[in-house]
Amino acid sequence: MIKVLHPGFYTTIQDLGRKDFQHLGVPMSGAMDMHAAKMANAILGNDTDCAVLEITMVGPKLEFNCETNIIVTGANLAPKINTTIVKNNTLINVNKGDILSFGTPINGFRAYLAVTGGFQSEIILNSRSMYQSITKASKLNKGDEIKIHTKSHISKKYSAIKMDSNYLNDHVISVFKGPEFHLMNNEQLNKLFNQEFTVSKENNRMAYQLQELVTNNLKGIITSLVLPGTVQLTPFGKLMVLMRDCQTTGGYPRVLQLLEASINLLSQKRVGDKIKFKLKAL
Amino acid sequence: MKKFKLQYKPFGEHSILIEWPQIISENVLKSVLLYKQKLENFEFKQKVYIKFAYNSILISYNSTINNIYDEILTLKAINSIDEVIDKSVFKMWKIPVCYDLEFGLDLEKISNKNNIEIPEIIHAHTSTIYRVYFLGFLPGFLYLGGLDKKIHFPRKSTPRMQIEKGAVAIGGSQTGIYPNESPGGWNIIGSTPIEFFNVQKENPCFAKAGDKIQFISVSKVDYDQIASSIATHDYIIESEVIDD
Repeated sequence: MIKVLHPGFYTTIQDLGRKDFQHLGVPMSGAMDMHAAKMANAILGNDTDCAVLEITMVGPKLEFNCETNIIVTGANLAPKINTTIVKNNTLINVNKGDILSFGTPINGFRAYLAVTGGFQSEIILNSRSMYQSITKASKLNKGDEIKIHTKSHISKKYSAIKMDSNYLNDHVISVFKGPEFHLMNNEQLNKLFNQEFTVSKENNRMAYQLQELVTNNLKGIITSLVLPGTVQLTPFGKLMVLMRDCQTTGGYPRVLQLLEASINLLSQKRVGDKIKFKLKAL
Repeated sequence: MKKFKLQYKPFGEHSILIEWPQIISENVLKSVLLYKQKLENFEFKQKVYIKFAYNSILISYNSTINNIYDEILTLKAINSIDEVIDKSVFKMWKIPVCYDLEFGLDLEKISNKNNIEIPEIIHAHTSTIYRVYFLGFLPGFLYLGGLDKKIHFPRKSTPRMQIEKGAVAIGGSQTGIYPNESPGGWNIIGSTPIEFFNVQKENPCFAKAGDKIQFISVSKVDYDQIASSIATHDYIIESEVIDD
């Protein structure tokens, strides 16, 4: 078991998400930076669908009441075991009574904490991913206790699988054409692919809105299907990049679609960060 | 059944979007549901997820699509199958709604602006039988077609921060039920005690696309009684099988 001494800014339990219930309007959810979450599980030797903690910007303070192995991937939020600074992407052995905490964020926006065997929270609609109105809680709160398995330390210090965090510094968001791409004129295309865009303060697990506007007179569409990574263009000119907790349907033109790797990368960006779109042929 | 010209578009690395003409109609819905049935009957080599809306189907593959053009050919071949085993049974669900002003927060506003008495609004809302087109927006939110023009009413320019679970509302030419507490911009005309989404149930939402919904006006006393029978799992929603 681990005990939440402090929940941090916004910490949630996530796994691969809830794919089987989208036809009922249930969002997919799952780790925003799916790559980092999957790598954390892979390095620990967990199954790929084990639940991890998604830690946003300011990390939590967690007390372990059993021996286990952990790893932190994704953003570098300066993790510490008790008073010792520990590294991302490296297997860490923890003892009963150890406290994991985080310092000042160094790089990236979302870190992932995996434990051997995964976090054992309640499975609802085939997933442990937290989402308001589906799971009882939508984020961790002070005093929460989460079940984990007790595991003896792994002696092997270095896993064969290595994680490279260099992608955090990238700012090129690769996209395919979206279903309504063809409705845009040259001026709009020019703006989309030649200027930088800034992540606005409206950014969360549902969507990232971008600051710079792309003026348009595109008509709305009859409510249709959207996916994480769909870029909608509103009549006001806002670009909204839908993320893992997005609704299943929407009525704004879907001009671009992010590649999976780009959803992961954008998840590591915060307000004020610059990005650039790059069109890829399918 | 009417044949429509369909468009196939790649949508990201894992999905293909199939689009019907940009109209909302029961004929398109029937065509969408038939194609969906054919896709569900087909044994794909990998797991697929099928979602649909008014005039589109989105088929998502578990892994990256190797050759999008081959896959589109497969989808077209599936659609060309004439004989379809379709065991779907469609139902009409009778949904009790209390239209008292205590719940119908926007009834007076609609009455004034549309120049229609409140009992007439209730009559217009309860005398139409609505077709369920698909579910989206929120878990268990039904997109319903067929709202009487007399009670079309534009969405609020500033959404309410909190709409109660069970609120029955009008947004433009659509009507719907908020299955859970949520912010929202639709105009509220009543409330139903019926639960449209319950994660504890194997099938969290009883209604599906192709079903029909009729709203039945009930008093506050009946509303409270139904709410307490739902709480003790003693309420069965009245329904009948329909064949169109």
